[in-house]
Amino acid sequence: MTPFQYLLQQAINAVSIGSLYALMAIGLAMVFGILRLINFAHGDLIMVGSYAALLALVLGAPFWAAALAGIAASTVTGLLMERVAYRPIRGAPDVAMLLTSFAVTVFLENLAIMLFRPTSRPFPTPPILSMNLEFGPLHISSLDLFAIAITGVLLVLLTLFVTRTEMGISMRAASQDLLAARLMGVNVNRVIAYAFAIGSMLAGVVGILWSARVGKVDPLMGFFPVLKAFVASVIGGLGSLPGAVLGGYILGTLEILLQGLLPPALTPFRDAFVFAALIILLLFRPNGILGAREREKI
Amino acid sequence: MQPPGYQSTAVRRVITALVLLLLVVGGLVVTDRVASAYIQRVVIGLGISIILVVSLNLSNGFTGVFSLGHVGFMAIGAYTAAILTLPVTLKRVNLPDLPTWLAGVQMPFLPATLIGGVLAMLIALVVGLSLMRLSGPYVAVATMGFLVIVQVILVNWDKMTRGARTFAGVPSHTTLWWVWGWAAVTVYAVWRLVRSAYGRQMMAIRDNEIAAQSLGISVMRSRLLAFCVSAFLTAVAGSLWAHFITSFSPKAFYFTQAFGIITMLVVGGMGSVSGSIVGAVLITVLSEVLRNAERGMDLGIVQIPAVYGASQILMAVIFVLVIIFRPKGLLGEREINFDRLFAGPRRRETADKKG
Repeated sequence: MTPFQYLLQQAINAVSIGSLYALMAIGLAMVFGILRLINFAHGDLIMVGSYAALLALVLGAPFWAAALAGIAASTVTGLLMERVAYRPIRGAPDVAMLLTSFAVTVFLENLAIMLFRPTSRPFPTPPILSMNLEFGPLHISSLDLFAIAITGVLLVLLTLFVTRTEMGISMRAASQDLLAARLMGVNVNRVIAYAFAIGSMLAGVVGILWSARVGKVDPLMGFFPVLKAFVASVIGGLGSLPGAVLGGYILGTLEILLQGLLPPALTPFRDAFVFAALIILLLFRPNGILGAREREKI
Repeated sequence: MQPPGYQSTAVRRVITALVLLLLVVGGLVVTDRVASAYIQRVVIGLGISIILVVSLNLSNGFTGVFSLGHVGFMAIGAYTAAILTLPVTLKRVNLPDLPTWLAGVQMPFLPATLIGGVLAMLIALVVGLSLMRLSGPYVAVATMGFLVIVQVILVNWDKMTRGARTFAGVPSHTTLWWVWGWAAVTVYAVWRLVRSAYGRQMMAIRDNEIAAQSLGISVMRSRLLAFCVSAFLTAVAGSLWAHFITSFSPKAFYFTQAFGIITMLVVGGMGSVSGSIVGAVLITVLSEVLRNAERGMDLGIVQIPAVYGASQILMAVIFVLVIIFRPKGLLGEREINFDRLFAGPRRRETADKKG
C-alpha cells in the first residue's frame, strides 16, 4: 500500500466515524441553540432506538422496518423527554437544565437496565451492511459507505429544512433570540418540539448505525459516544449547526490520527488525549471554532 | 455603637453553637458505642458525603464554577493515599510494577491523606488555569472532560492503579472519628472562607462577573482559590472513602458518583453550607431506605418484590421534582438560622426584623 492509499483509507475511516459524531452533535446543537440546554440524555435516545430496532428484529421484522421502528421510538422518546422533564423548567438557569438532563439519563439508563438486564445483547447486522468491499488495495466496509452516504443525504435535507422551510427559519430565529422570535409570532413550543424531534430522529439513525458497527446493544451504549459528540459540538461552537458538523468530522479525524500516530503504549489513553485536546482548544477559543462570540450586555 | 441586645445575642449564639456541638458529638459517641455495625457504616458514609458536598458547594454554589469533575479529585485522593498506606508486603503482590521509590513506602493515614489532598490541589491549579477562564455550560463540559481523562488514566495506568481491576487490601483506617473530624474541619474551613473577603469576592463573581471585575476583583484568582481548596477537601474525602471501603475500582469514581453528590448539593441548596449538610443527610437516609426497599420486603400481607435499580430511578425522579418545584433547593442560598429556630415567639419577631 502506497502512502497515498494509506492516507485515503484512513480518511475514509475518519469520515465514517466523523459522520456519526456529526449526526449526534447536530442533535445536541439544535437543542442547545434554542434552550441553552446541554442534553446529556441524548445518548439514551440512541440506546432507545437500538433496543426498539432489536426488538422489532427479534419479532421478525425485516431490517429496514426495524430501523424505522427504532428511529420512531427515539423520536417519540425525545418528544416525551421534552414534554415531561424539560418544558416545566424552561427558563431555569443553564445548570439546572443540565442537571435535569443528567437525571433523565440516570432514569432512562436504570429503566433500561431493569427492563433489558445490564448485559449486552448481540445486534444482528444484515449481510448487506457487513460486507467488506475491496477497491484495489482499499478495504471499505459497506457499513462505512452506507453511514457516509446516509449522513450526506441527511445533511442536505437538514440544510434545506433550516433554510427553505418556515419551521426551519423559525428555528434559526429562535436560536438567535428566543424572546424576539416569540414576539415575531413564532410558536416557540412547536419549534422546540421540532428541534427535539429532529435531533432524536438523528439519534435513532445513529443508534442503528452504531449498533450495526459494534454488533451489540447495551443499556449504557449511548453515554460515551454522546460525551464525545459533546466534544465535537463544543469544538465547533455549541449551538451552531455547521459547527456541529465540522466538529464531528474534526473529532473523527483526530481520533483516527491519534490511533495512527500514538505509540502503542499510549493508545489506550486515546480518549484522554481527545478530551485534553478539547480543554486546550477551549483555552484559545472559549466559544469553539464557529461559535458566536457571546457578549454580555451590561 | 452596638445595637441593644447585642450581647445577649452573642451569648445566645455561643450557647446555640455549644448545644449543637454537644448534640453532634453526643450522637456520634452513642453511634460509636451502641449502634449496630450497619448504622455505624451509614454514619461514616454520611460524614464523607458531607465533606464532598460542602467542598463541592464552595466551587459550584458559592463561586458559580459548575464543576462536574470533582469526582476526579476524589479519585486522585483515594488512589494516592491508598498507594501510600498499602503495606509493603501487599504492594509486592498487588502492585509489583510500582516504581522503586514508591515500592518501599508505607505511610500512616494522616500524611497519606494530606499528600493525596495536596496532589489534587496541584492538579486543580494546573487544570484550573485553563478551565477557570471558561464560564457557564462550557465549564461544565470541560470539567466533565477532566473527569473522563482521570477515568481513562486510572483504567490504563496498570502499574500504579491495577487498571480496571479491583484495588484491594487498603488498610481499614477510617473510623467514625476520622471522618467526622475531617467533616468538622471542612465545614469550619468553608464556612470561614465564604464569610471572609475572599468568599465575598467569590459570591460577587457568581452573581455578576462583569460587575465584580469592574470592582477590581480578580476573577481568575478567586475562582482558582475556590477550585483548589475544594479539590483538596474532595481528595481528603476520597482518601477517607478508600480506607473505609478498602477495595474499589475506577468505576466507583465516575458519573454515577458525581450525580449522587450533585443531587445532595442541589436538593440542599447551592450556596448554603447548612443546606449541603441537610441535602447530604436527606439523600443518605432516603437512599438507604430505598436500597433496603429495593431488596424486596415482606410486609406480612403485601410482599414487595426485589426490583434492582428502582432506587436510582426514584432518586432521579425526586431530583427532577426538586428542580421543578424548588429550583434553588430546600434552603436556596439561606443558612439555617438557629436564632430563629430556638427563639420564642417574642424573640422570633426581633430576629425577623433583623432580617
